[in-house]
Amino acid sequence: MPLDNPQSAARKFNLVGTRPVRPDGVDKVTGRARFGADAVAPGMLVGRILRSPHAHAKIKSIDTSKAEKLSGVKAIVTRDDFPDKTDGDALLYDVLYNVMAREKALYEGHAVAAVAATSASVARQALKLIKVDYEVLPHVTDVDEAMKPGAPVLHPKMFTDGVEPKPKKASNIVRRYEFGHGDVAAGFKHADVIVERSFKTEATHQGYIEPHACLASFGPDGQAELWVCTQGHFMVRDTCARLLGMDVSKLRVTASEIGGGFGGKTTVFIEPVALVLSKKANRPVKVVMTREEVFKSTGPTSSASMDVKIGATRDGRIVSADMELRYQGGAFQGSPVEFGAMAAFAPYDLENVRTIGYDVVCNRPKQAAYRAPGAPMANFAVESVIEEIAHKLNIPSIDMRIINAAKEGTKSSYGPIYGPIGLRATLERAKEHPHFKAPLGKNQGRGMACGFWFNFGGQSCVTMNVGIDGTVSLTVGSPDIGGSRASMCLMTAEELGIPYDKVRAVIADTGTLGYSDVTDGSRTTFATGMACIQAARDAIKKLCARAAQIWGISEEAVTWENGYAKPAGPNAGDFAPLSLKEIAAQAAQTGGPIAGHYELNADGAGVSFATHICDAEVDPETGFTKITRYTVLQDAGKAVHPSYVEGQFQGGAVQGIGWALNEEYIYGKDGRLQNAGFLDYRIPVCSDLPMIDTVILEIPNPGHPYGVRGVGETSIVPPLATVANAVSHAVGVRMTELPISPPKLLKALETLPQQKKAAE
Amino acid sequence: MANVLIWSSLRSHTGGQANLQIEAGNVREMLDKLGDSYPGLKPQLQRGVSVSIDGIIFRDGWLEPLKPESEVVLLPRMVGG
Repeated sequence: MPLDNPQSAARKFNLVGTRPVRPDGVDKVTGRARFGADAVAPGMLVGRILRSPHAHAKIKSIDTSKAEKLSGVKAIVTRDDFPDKTDGDALLYDVLYNVMAREKALYEGHAVAAVAATSASVARQALKLIKVDYEVLPHVTDVDEAMKPGAPVLHPKMFTDGVEPKPKKASNIVRRYEFGHGDVAAGFKHADVIVERSFKTEATHQGYIEPHACLASFGPDGQAELWVCTQGHFMVRDTCARLLGMDVSKLRVTASEIGGGFGGKTTVFIEPVALVLSKKANRPVKVVMTREEVFKSTGPTSSASMDVKIGATRDGRIVSADMELRYQGGAFQGSPVEFGAMAAFAPYDLENVRTIGYDVVCNRPKQAAYRAPGAPMANFAVESVIEEIAHKLNIPSIDMRIINAAKEGTKSSYGPIYGPIGLRATLERAKEHPHFKAPLGKNQGRGMACGFWFNFGGQSCVTMNVGIDGTVSLTVGSPDIGGSRASMCLMTAEELGIPYDKVRAVIADTGTLGYSDVTDGSRTTFATGMACIQAARDAIKKLCARAAQIWGISEEAVTWENGYAKPAGPNAGDFAPLSLKEIAAQAAQTGGPIAGHYELNADGAGVSFATHICDAEVDPETGFTKITRYTVLQDAGKAVHPSYVEGQFQGGAVQGIGWALNEEYIYGKDGRLQNAGFLDYRIPVCSDLPMIDTVILEIPNPGHPYGVRGVGETSIVPPLATVANAVSHAVGVRMTELPISPPKLLKALETLPQQKKAAE
Repeated sequence: MANVLIWSSLRSHTGGQANLQIEAGNVREMLDKLGDSYPGLKPQLQRGVSVSIDGIIFRDGWLEPLKPESEVVLLPRMVGG
């Protein structure tokens, strides 16, 4: 759907671009908001899941007989209660296997059985009485180790795809991807400087403060209801219905308020188990994960091992760029390595570029999305090397990016030729930003990076209903994870010409509105917003038709302006304008309820770029890094509610800072996660960080009526490199492994004199 | 007739060709013909693809028309978080 008025001066908005108080704020701070664990039902049972203590083991048998006899136990389920109805869909089979282990437990924390009981203590006791006969197998948790010949193999039928000749031996390498164009070897011959480095990043968790929780109620008539915290309740409905072999229309899913998702709640973990338990027990079953379960048994990111080689001429022009990425996605295929491979060099105009990606499995939980899946790690490696080259050539960091920046007409590293893009604009704005000129103190360093993400549109459905008093109920199908209700109300009120507080948005359940894709991919303000705008325009047509009937003139003779139906011109007749309220008051007598509706699969989302700048101060005695200043510059196309846009920029930056400095999954030699809690898996909190400054650029997206561009994901892409570059400048040593935790940094500082000596 | 660019690691299924000439008026026809002409591509097509047409990425968009002069690029199916 194209931008309104692309030729004329930018549209003047009355409401879009303002900052009304968020509609969910009061409920959230007073405890009225109902999250995943806040639903109750009469006769409700407590569901708990038994999880494998082993990283890799054959499940020879499961004996539930003792547990079944325990008073208060109403149902026990195992793999026998999850028949394969995936009908040859390999990716859905993996979801089934992840939800409940089948032949093997593939990671510590893999679900093996589940119990529904009358209380939590009975449920816990019952789990202890379930006897699982495991044959423990050797395990592997490191991506490079998992790729070696001789590594323990998880799936006997996994033969690497994308390599010739096709391997005869099973391995842990799912697939090889390759993207790029030109001739990298020939390109390197023209380079005056070449930097080649290897990088590693560890798995991180999205860190949402609300654990997964759901309440399932499966009736004996085959109809079921599910209350769940999720980013996509239609996705939950469809996935569970397929796994259970039931009609989609028989399962009604309601999305609760959500305490963070960031991509980690775009799939199912406990929901099919709760439904199957409820069906077997014939009572509602509530399953709430503990924090330990969230770390061990949901979807962290991939860990990555990468090799980058970049060559440039003396004037800073990159002549060749080559990269190999190895990502482990946990125990099943589907790490986002191809997206890392596509995004890695996407900001740059390159004649010769090649990225090779390997998707690898190992004995870890199945990965899930975390904002821009696959891109942050790749960006860390590439932007670190570009920084090193800039330093070697004595070219300012920002200029190095500007010299090589992709623009309209550039052939992207992943294939298509770019249309108009906003990369150069964010770089030029960053160059002028006072952050670059601020003085630096002792042990302080400054770093920057630019990053790229795809964004997409997707399916959305919206209905808006006009109440008898002219206020509007806006029904959307997108769970609100980042403030979308406010933005939807702003856009709807803008179209209708009524005050913002006369529109209230609710999120429909799957039985009460048409399909909406998961809230992810930075799509909601873009796609669901587009549907809101069109639904409002649909309603306006009907309101004008209603006014025309009331006045006895033709529909074409009526126009809508600032909340009023008006005669289109003096020839139409002399009628006083009718407000939305006045038309609504007569609705019953003039034809019935008035509503607007729209559904679409939105395209034209447009790619997204961001530039980040960071100052870091390192304590050379402790290796502790403090971020002293951080600036995000990103194009939002049109910031519908600027506070929320800033919040997205800041949130992405903070998660990236945590990924760079503190957060990592630490595995023991036994393949068990050592730090499955927020005490030892340390995410940044407000007191750790300065204010994250933001600059919102507004270069309208030609694919949206208001010019909106998705913003939620891109700002997690540059921070890893931005922080690593800042630290590297602060201490004079290039950190190539994340996180840059104090022990790691101290070790690097200690070996620095030897490194310098070796270089001499 | 659409000119479709295939990413490097898929070219082993197309006899090494990067650019394929496919007789198709829209994305659905193009994807069907791709799979029929190069059966090695079918698993990836089933796993999911997006199609970029003149720089705009369509995650689904089977009915999007393809012009002879369009730049059409096959991509893995877009994901997000």
